[in-house]
Amino acid sequence: MIPTIPQPRLLTVAYTAYVAAFFLFLALPLAVVAVFAFNDSQFPSLPWEGFTWNWFFGSESPMIGVFHERSILRAIGTSAFVAVCVSVLSVAIGLSNAFLFNRYRFPGQGILYILMLLPLVVPGIVLGISILVFSSRVANGLWEIAQWDFEALRPGLVLVILGQFSFIATIATLVISARLQKFDRTLEDAALNLGANRLTAVRTVTLPYLMPAMIGAFVVAFLMSFENFNTTLMLVGSDAPLTIAMFDRLKEGSTPLLNAVSLLLMLGSSCLALLVIAFQRRN
Amino acid sequence: MRAQAKLGLVLLLTPLLLWLTLLIFIPHVDMLLVSLRERVSAGVYRTSLANYWAFLSEPLYLRTFMRTAVMSTLATVITLLIGFPVSYYIAKIARGRVQSALFLLCLVPFWVSELVRTFGWMILLRETGIISNLLQFLGLVEGPVEMLYNDAAIMVGLVYTSMLFMVVPLVTTLQTLPDEVVEAGYDLGGNSFSVLREIIIPHATPGIVSGCIVVFMLSLGNYLTPIMLGGKDSLWFTELIYSQFIVRFNWELGAAFGFMLLLLSSAIVWGMLKLTGQSLERTVG
Repeated sequence: MIPTIPQPRLLTVAYTAYVAAFFLFLALPLAVVAVFAFNDSQFPSLPWEGFTWNWFFGSESPMIGVFHERSILRAIGTSAFVAVCVSVLSVAIGLSNAFLFNRYRFPGQGILYILMLLPLVVPGIVLGISILVFSSRVANGLWEIAQWDFEALRPGLVLVILGQFSFIATIATLVISARLQKFDRTLEDAALNLGANRLTAVRTVTLPYLMPAMIGAFVVAFLMSFENFNTTLMLVGSDAPLTIAMFDRLKEGSTPLLNAVSLLLMLGSSCLALLVIAFQRRN
Repeated sequence: MRAQAKLGLVLLLTPLLLWLTLLIFIPHVDMLLVSLRERVSAGVYRTSLANYWAFLSEPLYLRTFMRTAVMSTLATVITLLIGFPVSYYIAKIARGRVQSALFLLCLVPFWVSELVRTFGWMILLRETGIISNLLQFLGLVEGPVEMLYNDAAIMVGLVYTSMLFMVVPLVTTLQTLPDEVVEAGYDLGGNSFSVLREIIIPHATPGIVSGCIVVFMLSLGNYLTPIMLGGKDSLWFTELIYSQFIVRFNWELGAAFGFMLLLLSSAIVWGMLKLTGQSLERTVG
């Protein structure tokens, strides 16, 4: 069934209605989360008690808004810090891997490529516990041998960063490789002919070409890290990133405060997404 | 020049190898080793299969494992059935601006965290929630209905959460199917059903496989959705792993559970690739 082949009218209408229903299904949960951020009540549920901004700006109990809730603000900061670290690391290694797989031929390359993909098919929680087990073993070993308590290897932000990095690096590699594959290598040869050395050629010709992919990979890594739950859950210490902090609150019972945070998250990530799209249009 | 190329190779290879060995390979081997030891007394361990034996002999563990596998498979099938017509609509029926707008709309929900999505379903489904109120308003039911905390709610959450990972690969593969091929199918006397079966589905197979693999994986390893939307007796296998590790502090058994989960997901991924003659590089990469 394609537009050029006529179909019974009823079928076309039913099909369109189905697609419309699908998009309603997609939008519904997000829409209710957003709407109830403005409900003037202690619970994010009906009845509707009237419109309020208090869940954003309120400063008095029982309605303390997002911008006055210290623990939530701190969790957002923690998440942003983790996400930036993960993104920087992932883009760096993604770039290096892209060059490695695109420019070199060496024995074992095929196997290494498959190994590089594997983190994507390992459940996040398993990645989390395996890193937890290994880092604790190393930390315990260090303590027994040298009486040195290496804090970074205990559950905490360093482990969260490493855990998220372990699979987000694969995604960054794939995004950057895809663009490097389309690169016309004669451009680099031209730079070499014009007297540049290899490194200068890569820096002035190839890297600018890869820039959109690197920014894309950075944003995707940032969002994936910000949203990550499973791996983080196993490795988190006392500083909880936002998803964990919200999860703990949600278990205790929800207030529209969580809706307000969620709405801000939605706005933030849509802005990032639009930014990337705008940037890629321009190029 | 050769020496320089070699140096470059070594420099680029080092970070990759560090990442794969220190964060992926050794931790998994270590997890396997931990799962193979048994605590005899404080600080004394011996190698044994006791943890795996505990897994097999305790009905709760085995039942939860099977339940997680079956429900993840079901979630994958439902996601495919719901997502396929929509992907086809986006790829082959919608045109130009509408096409890219619809595709973008599909992505939007997934820019926000899974927690928010699950929270949205809680607001919709709970006893005081929107759907319950709507049904009462329409006079279809008397009194509030609780739709949360059961397996159906988990299923809705899983399908919703994984939809993107089905739609994107499907749209991408379906877009490469030329209209002429579909037209030729009709010209040669095919009807909608035979064209779907003989032309469209075979063409979409790589997309179907990669979508199904990712959705299955995500459902199997999901923790949030089952715990937030599921009831007291709808236990998910990841919850068992979490409770062994964090609550009971029995890392040996937890590691064995983790390894079983890894084994199951690898077996299914491998089986699906073999069954359809695809390779990991082509489906994921």
